[in-house]
Amino acid sequence: MNSSPAVEIANLRVHRGKLDVLRDLTLAVPRGQVVGLLGPSGSGKSTLMRSIVGAQKVAAGTITVFGVPAGAPALRKSIGYVTQAPSVYDDLTVTQNLRYFAQVIGAPRPDIQRVIHEVELEPQARQLAGDLSGGQRNRVSLAVALLGSPELLVLDEPTVGLDPVLRRDLWALFASLAARGVSLLVSSHVMDEARRCDRILLLHQGRLLADETPAGLLTLTGADDPDDAFLALVSGASA
Amino acid sequence: MNPRLALATAARVLNQVRHDPRTVALLLVVPSLLIGLMAWIFTNTKTFDIVGPALLGLFPFIVMFLITSITTLRERRSGTLERLMTMPLGKFDFLVGYTLAFGLLAILQSLIAVAYAVWVCGLAVSGSAWLLILVALVNAILGTTLGLFASAFATTEFQVIQFMPALVFPQILLGGIFVPRAQMPDVLRSISDWLPLSHSIDALQKVISRSDASGEVLRELGIVALWAVGLVVLGSITLRRRTP
Ligand SMILES: Nc1ncnc2c1ncn2[C@@H]1O[C@H](COP(=O)(O)OP(=O)(O)OP(=O)(O)O)[C@@H](O)[C@H]1O
Ligand SMILES: [Mg+2]
Repeated sequence: MNSSPAVEIANLRVHRGKLDVLRDLTLAVPRGQVVGLLGPSGSGKSTLMRSIVGAQKVAAGTITVFGVPAGAPALRKSIGYVTQAPSVYDDLTVTQNLRYFAQVIGAPRPDIQRVIHEVELEPQARQLAGDLSGGQRNRVSLAVALLGSPELLVLDEPTVGLDPVLRRDLWALFASLAARGVSLLVSSHVMDEARRCDRILLLHQGRLLADETPAGLLTLTGADDPDDAFLALVSGASA
Repeated sequence: MNPRLALATAARVLNQVRHDPRTVALLLVVPSLLIGLMAWIFTNTKTFDIVGPALLGLFPFIVMFLITSITTLRERRSGTLERLMTMPLGKFDFLVGYTLAFGLLAILQSLIAVAYAVWVCGLAVSGSAWLLILVALVNAILGTTLGLFASAFATTEFQVIQFMPALVFPQILLGGIFVPRAQMPDVLRSISDWLPLSHSIDALQKVISRSDASGEVLRELGIVALWAVGLVVLGSITLRRRTP
């Protein structure tokens, strides 16, 4: 592939129902970094992610992924996508879920064991996904996205409902993937997770409020923790 | 279309069904129980010879319609379809996978129901029993493809159930079980000529009552199969990679 950014978006507009969810959004996700997508509930994070993976009808604007228009067939093997609600088959075991999705994307068989290990689900491998806890089911969904060798991971709140130890492990996994050259876009509600990102995109009512490094965000707002920075920016924008 | 992915999808669907033994049991046993009940009700009359074969065609159609539309609706709502549509899975891989999986179940269901109707209830089949099973199979495939198509227009399980009276019952009423199609008013008769289920019921009654009708039966089945293909094509149009 070429040297364009992982994701490049220009003047993106998305309507859902009667609502203008994304309004004239322009941004880029650089390669080989973990980019955090933050913003209040309803600000359009999931809609933006759906647009990037080609699942969302868009009204105007352009989205390219590795220089190719989003949703192009050539991209379907190179993007790993985790929807906000875990999208796995409840009536299949963890391994059976992974086996099916591995067949669909053409990932080699040993990959199934690798991703089970990466999300720490070995003890549950033979359990039905429907019998797992919420956090465990989330991790099955994440494991599916890690199958094969995706070059871009679009993860919609992958760490929701996980304890601090697991969260730390997963963020370490994300960092090691980025170090290997994988580009990640990770949405989150937890401001604390913002510290672990290389860059932060702050979305508010479908507009981009900030595109900064975590340190830059603190300097910009004069706040001393990400929570306060977030509050300062969002209340400034709402005023 | 990629046959490997269609087969993988069929295997996945069957695996899901396998984890639900109660559904499998209901699927395989209930048709025979109802056929047995019918035969019992109509002891000493000739009615079972008319209704029995029609039932053999109706069960696979109705059951597969319901199962398919509910499973695909679940797939739409759980986000697995959205995920699959971002992956290198073709729409036809998905649709054909479902049709294969439920077609296979339908063969099992029909084998059991036909065996029970013939050996236990004494249904006399003049034509070939294999042809009878083929008719049941084509009916099941019709039900599956109609279910795949209908699920696109439903957002809840309740709506799917409402499609039964809307899409299925008229076909049963006009199919010639209650009143032979030749005796219907002209308008209804010509509507009924266009409905797929009328042709499958005709096919069933021909297999049962005549031993020399294989050609006509295959022609009727051809019409039903055309409908099934048309529904798969319509289904692929309703299956969108991008949604609003
Ligand atoms: N299917 C839909 N139809 C109509 N409007 C929708 C639909 N899905 C989302 N919306 C609206 O679009 C807006 C953005 O939703 P989106 O899911 O992108 O937000 P989000 O930032 O991901 O929120 P959260 O953090 O709660 O997940 C919301 O106001 C929501 O009401
Ligand atoms: Mg969201």
